[in-house]
Amino acid sequence: MMESVTGESADVELPVERGCPFAPPAEYERLRARAPISKIRLAGDGEAWWVSGHDQARAVLADSRFSSDRRRDGFPLFTLDAETLRQLRSQPPLMLGMDGAEHSAARRPVIGEFTVRRLAGLRPRIQEIVDRFVDDMLATGRRPVDLVRALSLPVPSLVICELLGVPYTDHDFFQSRTAMMVSRTSPEDRRRALAELRAYIDDLITRKESEPGDDLFGRQIARQRQEGALDHAALVGLAFLLLTAGHETTANMISLGVVGLLTHPDQLALVKADPDRTPMAVEELLRFFSIADGVTSRLATEDVQIGGARIKAGEGVIVSILSANWDPAAFEDPAELDVERGARHHVAFGFGPHQCLGQNLARMELQIVFDTLFRRIPTLRLAAPVDELPFKSDAVIYGVHELPVTW
Amino acid sequence: MRIKADTGLCVGSGQCVLTVPAVFDQGDDGIVVLLTDRPDDETAARARHAVTLCPSRALSILRE
Ligand code: HEM
Repeated sequence: MMESVTGESADVELPVERGCPFAPPAEYERLRARAPISKIRLAGDGEAWWVSGHDQARAVLADSRFSSDRRRDGFPLFTLDAETLRQLRSQPPLMLGMDGAEHSAARRPVIGEFTVRRLAGLRPRIQEIVDRFVDDMLATGRRPVDLVRALSLPVPSLVICELLGVPYTDHDFFQSRTAMMVSRTSPEDRRRALAELRAYIDDLITRKESEPGDDLFGRQIARQRQEGALDHAALVGLAFLLLTAGHETTANMISLGVVGLLTHPDQLALVKADPDRTPMAVEELLRFFSIADGVTSRLATEDVQIGGARIKAGEGVIVSILSANWDPAAFEDPAELDVERGARHHVAFGFGPHQCLGQNLARMELQIVFDTLFRRIPTLRLAAPVDELPFKSDAVIYGVHELPVTW
Repeated sequence: MRIKADTGLCVGSGQCVLTVPAVFDQGDDGIVVLLTDRPDDETAARARHAVTLCPSRALSILRE
């Protein structure tokens, strides 16, 4: 039996920045070595449970005694600033922050849009989109090219545009605002971009309500009408969630995936030699970078005994996706980027009922981008030393701000 | 070996379909559909793996 660590707080304060761009902070390893679940201090004030072990991470995320409702007192939201928190609390809840039956009622109507079969139907269109941006890269005379602006951001942005049924003529507006939202501009600029996007989406949904088309929202509107009343606010919320959850994440994963492969030439050679390896390479890159570390926080609604810890009702729990995905008990030599590892049990998309709704879309975008990029530009290489790349070492979603490449 | 799918728990993540398409499918609503509840010897190991990957614990193996 493991010792309970209740009451005794580990000498670590979260959040900690990633030091090495290719490894979890040393503190993570220390905490995991101590116990799979331990108490930590949070920046500002307060404490929370820190879940480092892979088994325990899956157990917590699949356990309905832990709530995702960010509006509850004590919910560990240490990564958000006060203003964002205030905005979050003033808005109607999204499926991401719902529990139990309410969550199920919000998620169920949408999962049909993300089935493996439905997404396979999008493949040719996504291939076209990726090819178009690679064409543009090849056509430009300038080198180096910033891959973030040339490919990583516009691909998921355009894919989401089409998913949301944003008319083609509005793509430029949409893409510039979504790029602004994740860029290094001032918080005011980002907030303005956010407000403009929200207004745009509100208007878009209103238009779709009067003329529902054969797209995701057309089908949601038809279903809502059939079942009773239209819920405009919920549809706007859904559009916004799909946009924000599906855009920056995928973009960062594209950039980091390219960095990961370019800095591990033996692994890249394996992928280039046989594109059948790409799907497993994508799984490994998702595990290796674990970009959404820290988004999976929960609040205990009952006393729970788990992984040697006695968690009390009302206490916050932070499940570290990065730590879980580097747990040597679940992944042999976790620091090794091994595209042939063949491990699909990572928690890069979370676990439990909230496991990423868009994961199979993200997988497909990543597969198509890596295959296409390295096939069409086989001599692609970094145009700056890797330790000079501006990694987002302190961001909620890990990534890289700029990625100069040449060929 | 027999597999059971609880469609009430399924959240449509599609992990099982990606892992063993010969055994698992999704309906148009995204919910799991068992193509067979008795995987043959060839697919049994992968089906067992798919059960452990299911995020909502909607899949289980029945002891017979
Ligand atoms: C590499 C890319 C991505 C990563 C790493 C990622 C990661 C995650 C994680 C970890 C969660 C779970 C959050 C929790 O348990 O609290 C999540 C949820 C979610 N993701 Fe993603 N995501 C990605 C791409 C996408 C895309 C492309 C979309 C949509 C088009 C999307 C839509 C969502 C939604 C709607 C949820 C909430 C699901 C729910 O609450 O039931 N994500 N994502």
